[in-house]
Amino acid sequence: MKRIALLGMPNTGKSTLFNRMTGGAARVGNWPGITVELLSGKILLGPDMVEIIDLPGIYDLHGYSDDEQVVRHFLHDNVPDLALVIVNTTQIERQMSLLLQLKQLDMNIVVILNMADEAKKFGISVDAAKMSALLEMPIFLLSAKYGSGYPEALQAVTKALRYPTPGMAEELRSQLEQDEHIETEMARVLKHTVQVPARLSDNLTDKLDSVILHPWLGLPIFFAVMYFLFQGIFIFGQPIQAGIAEAFTWLRETALVPLLSSLPQALQGLLLDGIYNGVGTVAAFVPIIVLFFLFMAIVEDSGYLSRAAFLMDALMARLGLDGRGFVMLLMGFGCNVPALMGTRVMRSRAMRLLTMLVIPLSLCSARLQVFIFFTAALFSPKAAPLVLFSLYMFSFATAIITALLFKNRFKNTEPFVLELPPYRFPTLRQMALRGWLEVRHFLRRATKFIVVGVVMVWLLTHLPLSAVPASADTLAGMIGGALHPFFAPLGINEQLTIALIFGFIAKEIVIGALAVIYSLSGDALGSAIGQQLDWVQAYSFMLFTLLYTPCLATVATLQSESKQLKFTLLSLGWSLGLAWLVSFAFYQGARMLGY
Amino acid sequence: MRYFKFTIIMSATTLAALHPGDIATIVSIHAEEALHLRLLALGFRSGKQIELIRKASFSGPLQVRVGTTDVMLRRVEAAKIEVLKS
Ligand SMILES: Nc1nc2c(ncn2[C@@H]2O[C@H](COP(=O)(O)OP(=O)(O)OP(=O)(O)O)[C@@H](O)[C@H]2O)c(=O)[nH]1
Ligand SMILES: [Mg+2]
Repeated sequence: MKRIALLGMPNTGKSTLFNRMTGGAARVGNWPGITVELLSGKILLGPDMVEIIDLPGIYDLHGYSDDEQVVRHFLHDNVPDLALVIVNTTQIERQMSLLLQLKQLDMNIVVILNMADEAKKFGISVDAAKMSALLEMPIFLLSAKYGSGYPEALQAVTKALRYPTPGMAEELRSQLEQDEHIETEMARVLKHTVQVPARLSDNLTDKLDSVILHPWLGLPIFFAVMYFLFQGIFIFGQPIQAGIAEAFTWLRETALVPLLSSLPQALQGLLLDGIYNGVGTVAAFVPIIVLFFLFMAIVEDSGYLSRAAFLMDALMARLGLDGRGFVMLLMGFGCNVPALMGTRVMRSRAMRLLTMLVIPLSLCSARLQVFIFFTAALFSPKAAPLVLFSLYMFSFATAIITALLFKNRFKNTEPFVLELPPYRFPTLRQMALRGWLEVRHFLRRATKFIVVGVVMVWLLTHLPLSAVPASADTLAGMIGGALHPFFAPLGINEQLTIALIFGFIAKEIVIGALAVIYSLSGDALGSAIGQQLDWVQAYSFMLFTLLYTPCLATVATLQSESKQLKFTLLSLGWSLGLAWLVSFAFYQGARMLGY
Repeated sequence: MRYFKFTIIMSATTLAALHPGDIATIVSIHAEEALHLRLLALGFRSGKQIELIRKASFSGPLQVRVGTTDVMLRRVEAAKIEVLKS
């Protein structure tokens, strides 16, 4: 099968074009370094099936960070039949250097001048035909995001695939000496084909930046937006979640209970109290998660991430990290796994490891579900968003403490140079795609982990069958009892302990497990927990949930990205220890103060 | 003669010493290879105009504009870029 590779500098729209070509679901965002590994899709081009490969962005052919290595290894191992080189038209006066470097490799190339819409808006004009003649390569102006110019380009790609693949220069590195030649060639082509106005007419970005990057308004704006997000979650999301949970309960009583009444008692219990209640309680959170990710999609596509890096770099530098580390913490709010992978853009291994050590402390969307559930059950509607906000502050604070404590073990001198792309807004299509990706992600986790988790919790709380369910005589009771000395000083009871154990697999299981343990669902579960715990116990439990080992997927990613068992164990041990210490200090402190 | 020399020294400075709103021309870049290549790819070349847009508070990074690209970089890195203020 013929292969087309998408090459280009970071943030030029390779993944957007990939999605347009393949109908795929590559992650897109206005941040250099969203894609950090290969992704491939197949399409029918003319008579043949062709494989399209989306690659991480590269600045030149000499980079050696882990994401750039992915590209170099790919080019070394398989010469693509066609390289589709994506250039951001608005920045062609610098990005052409990469194009000329790639040209020297003697590959079959079609050039895409992407973001034609923005170029037009900014007043930049390019004579693609003339450039094509000067460079002797097919060149097409298009907009991967909105689709203009796409059909013509696709036709040219189909045509170009018919030519045989020329060989590629063996040693990529030997190209280095020719950079001087590139400079003059670049100047020559640009002079004849590109017109850039003296002042770019992107006033919107300049105006927004003067507020968002304001020396002393910048950070307050950041925290205010965060606070309003949580307010939004409780105003819009939480009622939907409660409604769905009620609907699940209604369905159970009116349809499932009568339907399954002929089954043996134990099996009924497993199906209804175990799987149905457990998974249903978690599934009720899907709309909140989708809403949350739509918000994240807007943030990621807006270009705000780079601004956050700008605002926070001064603090991060004192922690041995840089602005990108903070952005990874923000990305971790969605899910820790892509955030961990996103550190591949860092060249210094020490900085990469230090960043990977703090990311698991970032309050991910799975933990968010647990916290929404507990805050809604235990706090007044007015206090709930504040409680949630305080947990995010704990998340930041523990990340800062961790970096401070470990920065000398992971000393580095990585330079910090990063582009600030213009502000953008995702299309509805892009947002819908993101929402769908999250639902799919949830369904995968649900089928893989959550069902297994809740079934195991049910078994533990019901075996041996002679014992009263969820009593001290069951397996769960025995385990909870054995761990009691460890958790009692934190105000965490035996039921919650069992939930925490299974939360190790995936944090969503915590609420699913509680539904099973209490054999209740929906509102009833919330009020049962609300009656049993006071707010100090609940907050201590939430702190522990926030900090202890994130989930199996995160642990696996820590290992696969660091390739050091020692590091993975350090991360595991540290987060567990920190969770215990923080909960202990909070619980005992609050009790001492008389709460 | 002496006076003349003095003025040249005054206007040849590094990017780190510029103020927001200043426009200058890049003279040379004194960075190690990896950083140098990254700066090249981001459009930093001798002879090009560069504008300092803003400085972050608490000695944070600088935002500069080279050609059509906005870039942030730390003051340490900016000090490695020699510029001629215009
Ligand atoms: N205005 C406009 N924006 C675009 C276009 N193509 C992509 N974008 C936006 O540019 C940003 C980067 O897009 P991506 O597809 O993630 O870029 P990428 O090259 O895959 O980036 P990396 O994976 O980080 O290397 C996103 O905000 C896109 O929505 C376009 O044609 N016009
Ligand atoms: Mg990409």
